[in-house]
Parts: sequence; C-alpha cells; structure tokens
Amino acid sequence: MNKLKTAVADFGWPRIIIFFFVVALFVAAPFVGVRVDGALSDVLARFGQNGILVLALVPMVQAGAGLNFGLPVGIIAGLLGGTLSMQFGWTGWVGFLGAVGVSLPFAVLFGWAYGLLLNKVKGEEMTIAMYVGFSMVTFFAILWLLLPYSSPNMVWGYSGSGLRTTITLDGYWTKILNDFLAVRLGRFFVFPTGLLAFFGAATGVMWLFLKSKTGTAMTAVGSNPDFARAGGVSSDRMRLVSVVVSTVFGAVGILVYQQSYGFIQLYQAPLYMAFPAVAAILLGGASVNKASMVNVLVGTFLFQAILTMTPNVINSVLQTDMSEVIRIVISNGMIIYALTRKTKVSK
Amino acid sequence: MPDDTPLLSLEGITKDFYGTTVLRDVSFALRRGEILGLVGENGAGKTTLMRILFGMPVIAETGGFGGTVRIDGRPASFRNPFDALDAGIGMVHQEFSLIPGFTTTENIMLNREQSRRNVAVDLFGPRMATLDRPAMTARASKAIERLGVELHPDTLVSEMPVGHKQFTEIAREIDRENVKLLVLDEPTAVLAESEAEILLASLRRLAAQGIGIIFISHRLHEVTAVADRVVVLRDGQLVKDTSAKGVEVREIAAWMVGREVDANARVRSDRSFGGPALEVEHLWVDMPGETVRDVSFSVREGEIFGIGGLAGQGKLGIPNGIMGLFAAGGEVRLHGKHVALDAPRAALDAGMAFVSEDRRGVGLLLDESLDWNIAFTAMQVKGAYLRRWLGGLFSLRDEKAMRALAEQYIEMLEIKCTGHRQKAKELSGGNQQKVCLAKAFALEPNLLFVSEPTRGIDVGAKKLVLDKLRHYNRDEGTTIVMVSSELEELRAICDRVAIVDEGRIAGILPPEAPLADFGLLMAGERAAEASA
Repeated sequence: MNKLKTAVADFGWPRIIIFFFVVALFVAAPFVGVRVDGALSDVLARFGQNGILVLALVPMVQAGAGLNFGLPVGIIAGLLGGTLSMQFGWTGWVGFLGAVGVSLPFAVLFGWAYGLLLNKVKGEEMTIAMYVGFSMVTFFAILWLLLPYSSPNMVWGYSGSGLRTTITLDGYWTKILNDFLAVRLGRFFVFPTGLLAFFGAATGVMWLFLKSKTGTAMTAVGSNPDFARAGGVSSDRMRLVSVVVSTVFGAVGILVYQQSYGFIQLYQAPLYMAFPAVAAILLGGASVNKASMVNVLVGTFLFQAILTMTPNVINSVLQTDMSEVIRIVISNGMIIYALTRKTKVSK
Repeated sequence: MPDDTPLLSLEGITKDFYGTTVLRDVSFALRRGEILGLVGENGAGKTTLMRILFGMPVIAETGGFGGTVRIDGRPASFRNPFDALDAGIGMVHQEFSLIPGFTTTENIMLNREQSRRNVAVDLFGPRMATLDRPAMTARASKAIERLGVELHPDTLVSEMPVGHKQFTEIAREIDRENVKLLVLDEPTAVLAESEAEILLASLRRLAAQGIGIIFISHRLHEVTAVADRVVVLRDGQLVKDTSAKGVEVREIAAWMVGREVDANARVRSDRSFGGPALEVEHLWVDMPGETVRDVSFSVREGEIFGIGGLAGQGKLGIPNGIMGLFAAGGEVRLHGKHVALDAPRAALDAGMAFVSEDRRGVGLLLDESLDWNIAFTAMQVKGAYLRRWLGGLFSLRDEKAMRALAEQYIEMLEIKCTGHRQKAKELSGGNQQKVCLAKAFALEPNLLFVSEPTRGIDVGAKKLVLDKLRHYNRDEGTTIVMVSSELEELRAICDRVAIVDEGRIAGILPPEAPLADFGLLMAGERAAEASA
C-alpha cells in the first residue's frame, strides 16, 4: 500500500487524473458518436506535430534559464526559413529540408542575441522572455508586410506585395513527414510514421546533447551555478548555448508543425505558441529547473490527447462549438497549476 | 548592602542545538558597576549565551535552555527581547541597527519619542501626537553626555564615521531610564584604535555610574585594559573566571585556545620538502566578510600548510581568491608559473583543486547524484569520464566510468549512502563533506586547498577526513593548504601554520609553538611580541 502511495506521489496526481480523464474520454467517445480510431489517429498526429516545440523547452530549463516563454523567437526563425524556401520555389523534400536549412542560421543568430539579453536579467528570465517573444512577433508582423517577397502563392492578391496571414503549403510540402511511410488501417486510422520518426530522432539528438560534456555542464549550471563556476564552467556561456539550442529546436519545431497543419500562419499566430508547449512539459512532470525526455513525451501526449478529445466529445454532448474555449482553459489552467507547484519534479 | 546580590547571575546554563551541546553548565555572576570581559574563540558559545540572556526567540524555538538566569537575585525568563529590555538589559550588536536617514537624536529616541498632545490625539488616539523635538534633543544630549563623547544630536547617521555610529547605538541603550546591564558584542571590531580608546573610556564612565557591563571582544588587550573580571569560554564550557588584575594577554590567549593536542596525532619525524610549490605575493581578495588585504606566503612542495585565524579576518578569502571565485589581485605562482586570478578555470588547469567551506552553496550539486558530484569537475577540466563516438566526432558521458569512480570513493571515504545514484542533498553533513573531498581528489591535483574541512561534521567523520588528507599528502605527494578555524586541527596535521588577522598574515608558526603564541597572533598582537 505504501509502495503504491509513493509510486502515485512520484508520478504526480495531476498526471494520473488527466490520464484517467483521457481514458474516460476515449471510453465515452463511441457513445456520443465520435470514432475512437479516428480520434486516436488525430492524437498521434498532433503528438508528433507539437512534440519538437515542447522538446525545445528542455535545454533552457536544464540550464536554469526557466521555461522558454520566448519560444516565438525560434518560431520566427522557422517562419523565415519556410517563407524563404517557398519564395525560392523549392518544393517537396527539398522545400522542407531547405526551409530547415535556411532557418538555422537565423535561429542561431536570434538565439544568440536573445541569450545575451537573458544573461542580463537573471532571475527574471521567464517574464522577460515572454515580452521578448511578444516584441519579436509584432516586429515581424511589420516585416512580413515590408520584406520583398514576391511569390504569387504567398503575397496579398490585391496589392501584389506583403505576405498573407495564412499561406497554404499545398504543392510545397504539406504533410510531407506525416505521409512518409504512413500506415493506413481502415478508413479512419493513419499512423504517421515519418512524423513520429522525425520527432523520435529530434528527441534522440536532444538526449545525446544532454549527455555530452556541454550538456552535462549546462545541467550543472541549472542545478547550482556556483558549483559550475567553481568547476571552471562559465555559466553565462552555458546559458547562451542553451538558449541557442532551444531557439534552433523552436525553428525546426514550427516547420514540422506547419507541414502537418498544412499552412504557414504569420503575423499574430506565433504570439501564444509558447503556452501550449509550456503547459505540455509541465503536465509531463517537468519543473522550472528540471526536465527530461520522459517529461516531454508523456506531457505532449497527454496534453494533445485532452486537446483533441475534449472538444470532440464535449461538442457532441453539448451540440455547440466549445473547442477553443476548452483549449484555452485547459492550457492556461495547466500552466497556473504547474507553476504554483513548480518545486517538485516528477519522475 | 546592595552589592551582596549580584546584578546578574547565570547558574548552570546549558543549551544544545539538535543534540550538539553548545553550552555546558556555565555559571558566573556580575555585580553592579562591574565590567566583565567575555572572551572565547568562534563557536565557544558567547553568542548563544547572550541570546539566552536577551530572550531571543531562536532559543525557545530550539528547545529552550537549562539553568537559571537571575536578575537582582530574582529568576528571570524572557520570552522575547522586549521582556529583556523591560528588565533593564541593553544590547549593542556587532552590526549596527540604526536607520541611516535619521539623525542621532531620532535614532537614540526611536520608539521612545517624546510627544505632545494635540486635538488629533483626542480624536484619533495617541498615534496622532506630534514629536516634541526640543525635549528629545535634550534627552539624547544627556545620554551622549553620560557616554562622555562628542556627538552632534542633529547629524544624520548615514554621514557619520563608524565610531560615532557605535556611540549612537550605545547612547540609545543607556537612554532607557532603567538600564542596569549593558551587553556589547565586539563593539570595537569596526573602530580605529583611537576611537576604541574613547569607547573604553566611556565604558568605564558608565560602570562608575553603576551599570554592569558585559564586554565581548577578540582584542584581548582591550579586555585586560577595561575589564574588572575576565570570563573565558571554550567549547561551551567556562574554563576561567578570574579577576582581570594582573592577568596577561598571553594567559588569556592560552585559556582561550586551550586543550593540548594529543601527541600521537602528530607524527612529524624527519619530514623533508621540495622547493616552493605555491608562491603568493601581495594577494588581495574582495570576498564579502573575509577581505584579504595584503598576503604573501610560500608553500613548499609536499607540505601541509595551515591557515588559521578568527572568523572574518580573511583566512577564507585566500583560497577563494586564488581559485578565482572572488575578485582578487596580486601575484600567484604555482611551480614558478604564473596563475591567472579571477578565472576558476585557469586555477583548475594549473593543477589546483579546492574543497570549499561553503559545502551546500559551492561544493555540491544538491539535486544531482553522487557520481555527478564527484566526476563533474574532472570531466569539465580534464575531459575525463567521457567516451568518444564515431571517431571522436562527439563524446558522451561515460556513465560506467563515473559509477566506478563514485563507488571507489564511496568505499575509500566510507561515504554512507544508498548508492552512487543517491542525491547529494540527502546525505548528512559529514558525508557531504566526503563527497566534496572525493570531487577534489578525482582531479588528482598537485596542490589542494581545503577550507574548513571539518566544520559541522561529527567526530568520526572529522578523523576520517583528516586521515585522508594526511594520506594524500604522505602517499600521493599532494601539497595541501588547509584553512580552518580549529587551531587544534591545524596544529595536529600541518607542518606550518599561518595566522591571518585583519586581512594580513600576522605570523607563521611551527605547530609545536606554544598555544599562547597562536592566541596572541589571533588577537591581533604583533608577531614580535608573540615570539618574545
């Protein structure tokens, strides 16, 4: 009995409750006319779609720079990569990988500048990061209009200049990862092999990075900066590295997200992108200064499962569209809950 | 005869904090108009004794104390400092508790302001009364006069020299009408010699007015100059209670440091050393509370060099400065090669390692496992415990090697833990200290700094830590610089002991030198005087 108790405490009540809530939703689904296989397929797709953005939070948490509410900085770099790749007329795998390639230098540059700023505001990173993200997004809202993009698939039809708010990826690289080696079972269930493999590879890279000498130093900086300093490690440098890595993963993450979603969303869209990611990793059991791959996987899965299932099931019950409201309530509620009990890490 | 009942008498005061006895059966009495000099090393129990006397809440929170405190022959038990104030006890702390933006008068009269009635008082109560400034100034001036010093009542505290701040504090305590007993904790620590003289004169004046004074100081010559009686505490026990008449500074110093070291701990036959390993010239270190002003010394190859001294004099600043943890300047050479200061990495690369006195703050990754704690620095500095992959393209932590390393030290240092995966914060202080040592040993340094290696750990762990240090010195040839507040320990293990006072080295003595000589150096007496 005691063993069970400690096991439950280790895993964390919120995760258990949400896990059972998700199970209950799956059980309830057929009774309200929602197909379980279709829903499961949706959950898997969204799991892979959002996963890398959640993964992007890990290095900064480990380095003690807090949750990266400035994830939009990386997302902007990804958007630059995506739009430039389209502008160059690259399609298919060339288009997607080209977009990733083009976004990397931007991500490194933005991440480096953003990291320098965060090193000057130690202790207040999360608040400052949020505003850095907001400013970056709004600044780029101006640039999207002014930059000389000219591809007719992207610019406003009536003026011939300035990017549209939503750009379709049809004919470029829509679902290129999702459909890669995808396994279709029946009419409703698709297993997005390519997408999950890509997410798995990204998780592996992050895992290896944290096991490297630099990753170890970074974790030590997050755990005790004075210890790291006494061990000859520059905490500022490690934090900078963590921000750059986080920003790069943010850039790649948004490109993966978009190819699954089928559209590039510009202007205000990246503004709140960090919140669902933060909610997911916290739900996964991470704290503000410790996060693991397991936290990312469990958190993303549970969070996306609720987001997918709750609106489906509840909308069918209530006969009205509540999905957006429910999404906001859950994701922000989760952040509040998790931040108030940020001290203990779940395994 | 009023003098028959002592003003204050302490009877069998005993106090322990979580099983560690800090005061054992301390009894002494203080008569009216008497100045009692209370001396003892750091940790001898002076502060705890004064806290008991003053009814500080920390005492009750930690289980109260044994014994009785009598004021004027009546048992007194103070629940908080206010009770003590009401009973006529005044206390002047080492740190100033003054409001910088207020004047002398305002500070002296704080919370005892003279006030005038007005209409608002009738309507809204006494909080609306206005201050009667002339009356306050008059009272403050009277208190200052009693001290016999020159202090302008309207000067802002922030604009005063430190000496005047100290006088303001004392004036505040003696302004209370009923004050009978004044406790001064290191009042002269921040004062220049001339200011200290004035303060001592003031104390004599106050004593002549019938106030009993307990004077705590590390400056022994002041104690002999001003006190009527000297009480020496050592390790929580009263070791001497004697009239100050005819007592030599040297004798007090010897009582203070006390205990003869057991001889068999010292096996120092025919030790031979190489050339200079570490040379330090004109080192200064800006470490808060442990400022090093100008320190030069040289450590020979294969030696255990001890650095002692009282808290706050700068002994801790020396290793922290050389290892680059605090801003420092001067010249440091290891085996003749210049070592850059202000850069921990440079010091580590040069082959030095440091076991910090701040175990939990600097020494450990509390939230990480033992293998991380032990292997981390060696990994970062020497690239050890990494395994290369794909022909050196990238390298990852070698968990197996880290585990082997951790287990080796767990066994060797007898670290009590559940295994190498246990988190450092879950260990006891002594075992944490062993982990810190393991971390430093894993670097295989040729020069090792250990700072307060036995602070806050139990006797068994103490012995083991010291034995291992000796072992590394004898068998591995590691030169060790050991900084400690425990003089005995230094004398037991070191080949030479330097005593630091006010940021400078007061003198370097062989460990066999008489205790009194060490005591004198600690008390800031000249080196020449000590060896005389």
